[in-house]
Amino acid sequence: MHTILKREQLSEQVFRIRVVAPLIAEARQAGQFVLVQVDTEFGERIPLTIADADAEQGWITLIFQAVGGTTMRLAALQEGDAVPAILGPLGTPTHVEQLGHVVCVCGGIGAAPMYPIAQAMKAAGNRVTIILGARNHDLIILQEEMRSLADDLILVTDDGSAGRKALVTEPLKELCQAPSPPDLVVAIGPPIMMKFAVETTRPFAVRTVVSLNTIMVDGTGMCGGCRVTVGGQTRFVCMDGPEFDGHQVDFENMMKRLQSYKTQEDAARHTCKIGRNP
Amino acid sequence: MSHTTPESLQELAKEQWSSLETQLSECPLTAKQRMAIPQQEMPAQDPAARRTNMDEVTYGYFEEQARVEAERCLQCKNAPCIAGCPVAIDIPRFIRKISEADYSGALAVISETSLLPSICGRVCPQEVQCQEPCTVGKAKKDPFLSVSIGRLERFVADHGGRSVPQVKPETGKKVAIIGSGPAAITAAADIRREGHGVTVFEAFHKPGGVLVYGIPEFRLPKGIVEEELNTLQQMGVEVRTNFLVGRTRTLKDLLEKDGYNAIFIGSGAGLPRFMEIEGENLVGVFAANEYLTRSNLMKAYDRERADTPITRPRKVAVLGGGNVAMDAARTAVRLNAEEVNVIYRRTRTEMPARAEEVDHAEEEGVVFHFLRNPARILGDENGQVRAIEVLKYELGEPDDSGRRRPVAIPGSEYEIEVDTVIVSIGNDSNPLLTTTTPELEVNKRGNIVADESGKTSMDRVWAGGDIVLGAATVILAMGQGRKAAAAINEALLS
Ligand SMILES: Cc1cc2nc3c(=O)[nH]c(=O)nc-3n(C[C@H](O)[C@H](O)[C@H](O)COP(=O)(O)OP(=O)(O)OC[C@H]3O[C@@H](n4cnc5c(N)ncnc54)[C@H](O)[C@@H]3O)c2cc1C
Ligand code: SF4
Ligand code: FES
Repeated sequence: MHTILKREQLSEQVFRIRVVAPLIAEARQAGQFVLVQVDTEFGERIPLTIADADAEQGWITLIFQAVGGTTMRLAALQEGDAVPAILGPLGTPTHVEQLGHVVCVCGGIGAAPMYPIAQAMKAAGNRVTIILGARNHDLIILQEEMRSLADDLILVTDDGSAGRKALVTEPLKELCQAPSPPDLVVAIGPPIMMKFAVETTRPFAVRTVVSLNTIMVDGTGMCGGCRVTVGGQTRFVCMDGPEFDGHQVDFENMMKRLQSYKTQEDAARHTCKIGRNP
Repeated sequence: MSHTTPESLQELAKEQWSSLETQLSECPLTAKQRMAIPQQEMPAQDPAARRTNMDEVTYGYFEEQARVEAERCLQCKNAPCIAGCPVAIDIPRFIRKISEADYSGALAVISETSLLPSICGRVCPQEVQCQEPCTVGKAKKDPFLSVSIGRLERFVADHGGRSVPQVKPETGKKVAIIGSGPAAITAAADIRREGHGVTVFEAFHKPGGVLVYGIPEFRLPKGIVEEELNTLQQMGVEVRTNFLVGRTRTLKDLLEKDGYNAIFIGSGAGLPRFMEIEGENLVGVFAANEYLTRSNLMKAYDRERADTPITRPRKVAVLGGGNVAMDAARTAVRLNAEEVNVIYRRTRTEMPARAEEVDHAEEEGVVFHFLRNPARILGDENGQVRAIEVLKYELGEPDDSGRRRPVAIPGSEYEIEVDTVIVSIGNDSNPLLTTTTPELEVNKRGNIVADESGKTSMDRVWAGGDIVLGAATVILAMGQGRKAAAAINEALLS
């Protein structure tokens, strides 16, 4: 039983839950994710990164934005309720090594998957700079956690309501222009942000890893629904990823594939909202 | 093609049976008389009606039909049909039991060698197995006029009653089964029967393997698979879903940390092959596995209730000629596609799909394009499929297998307008388990290497089904599950 031990609301739409999952907590490594299902009869399976875990106590933490049918229902679960199905840990773990200076660029909810990666990078002896960006102050998550972890934390918002008024790419560019540019950039956030991050680092030839969040069904490499084009080749995000060399990823194609079911999902969200607010 | 209603098939069979019954009460039939008995047609839903529902297409024989069909069997001494059956079911003996109206007796005969007759009776390619060498078909020079062994098997399975097999006293040993398809179900039942503890680990949220995520409801009702799994659970088999061996826990963990005495791997062939042509990652291109999983397992066809979406295609191209391709094409029909095209490199006679499924697809309006092969998939400005370009082929010199090899006709390409492409050209072995278990020897195609009994290169680990054979059939997977179970039971004795 994946009982919810703790539930918090991090921002208007973002929730953090701590759930019992001893085997996953034991096996997981940074960069891995799970597939979550709220209804095992008619529900869909959605990928969520494991944001934190404690193998000893047997729990994992999931952070999600309540924007679709499944995440809204997940958000409606309370402490003591159980998540019906969690499969994982899935995906290839982050390749962690001591490289020197690692810059972690997080956009919005991207801070959630970044946290364990930044932790692992730090533990491996890297200097870690975290660029934490969001549209506005209310959408920033994990600021305290990131601050206590990072050697440097750069906070940016689109509207300047917190930290510097800038897009994440601005401080990223400055870091790349510095006399000793980063040894590695990890960028996680909305596809469009990752795309711009990659374009920012490309001229400086700074290696940039992105973590992709595509549509998934099985998460085991069986369906091919999560496939992306990387360096002209088809790769499966659930098996070969979720992390890839950002300079090789065909973001245009990925973003279009992500939109495949847009109209149907909008309909789902609509019914869900009606169902939620009496 | 004309459709005969089930009611009139039953009427007809009633008449045939009553005259046969009188004849039989007078004196035994001669072979010639038996050969003259008309083959019983399978009652099926009207093609126009079934295009719009997911219900099973065929209804199964009426009792009168089964009785008439059983009398077509010549009870051959040499029974060539048995040699054609991958698990050597004693076919004439079970058919004789039908003649005696002893359906549970007939089921008992089948159960001596097969565990899943309600499933195999529906999905086995009988025309290339037991019915291929059947004396009746040979005499009539048409394997499709053989005794309808598969339909009789299904009749028996559906009418023979059910019972939960006896389980011997607990031995205290336990076995882990990876996967829950036909190989796994069979191994689990046979091992549990001997009193060993059995845990089935399945990655999906529902057990059944391809039987639930791949083969659609209209061909194999999920209730039938569920019943098999319920039987397992009633026998005391534990089923753990949402458990991916290799990730949630490794094979080694199961043996060394969790105390399993042996392992059977029946993880199937779940790695979709793509054509590797231009445009394959456009929006609207699916592997059949994805399309079928969305529709079957995730129930996307039930738009009212399911969360998992599926695109509603208008014009579809299905690439391939096997069962998977037929299932994908017929699913698209049921999701209201206006036009479904199957594009296949060879001709109808070479199609690996079950003959009945090809017939059914045709009745449902699927259009076949033989001797055609896709060259590339073309997209519009939004990255969405708009057409597929195909190349014409002709049959050239015979290849090593004796079949005439299709060769491309240069410059013959043309476009077919479609908005959805479903790639159904087969599956390779999923590499997850083998890459996370270096001790397991695999061949160059990624299949686990196993001996006759299913024993792998790893100590205490056996394997069977598609993960060993490459994408094959339900009956072969079942047969391998049986053999491995026997070997595991023997190994656990000592
Ligand atoms: C669409 C389709 C139609 C078909 N039609 C026919 C037909 O008409 N007749 C016929 O005879 N055959 C047919 N086949 C082939 C037949 O279904 C397969 O040969 C058969 O199911 C193989 O059985 P299996 O037990 O080896 O594995 P599968 O049925 O493939 O089951 C394997 C299971 O293992 C699970 N699994 C895999 N890896 C792991 C892991 N690491 N940990 C936990 N679980 C894991 C998978 O999720 C899956 O549920 C069809 C196949 C498809 C795809
Ligand atoms: S070969 Fe045909 S006729 Fe002969 S025993 Fe088998 S099923 Fe009956
Ligand atoms: S989600 Fe199905 S292959 Fe990746």
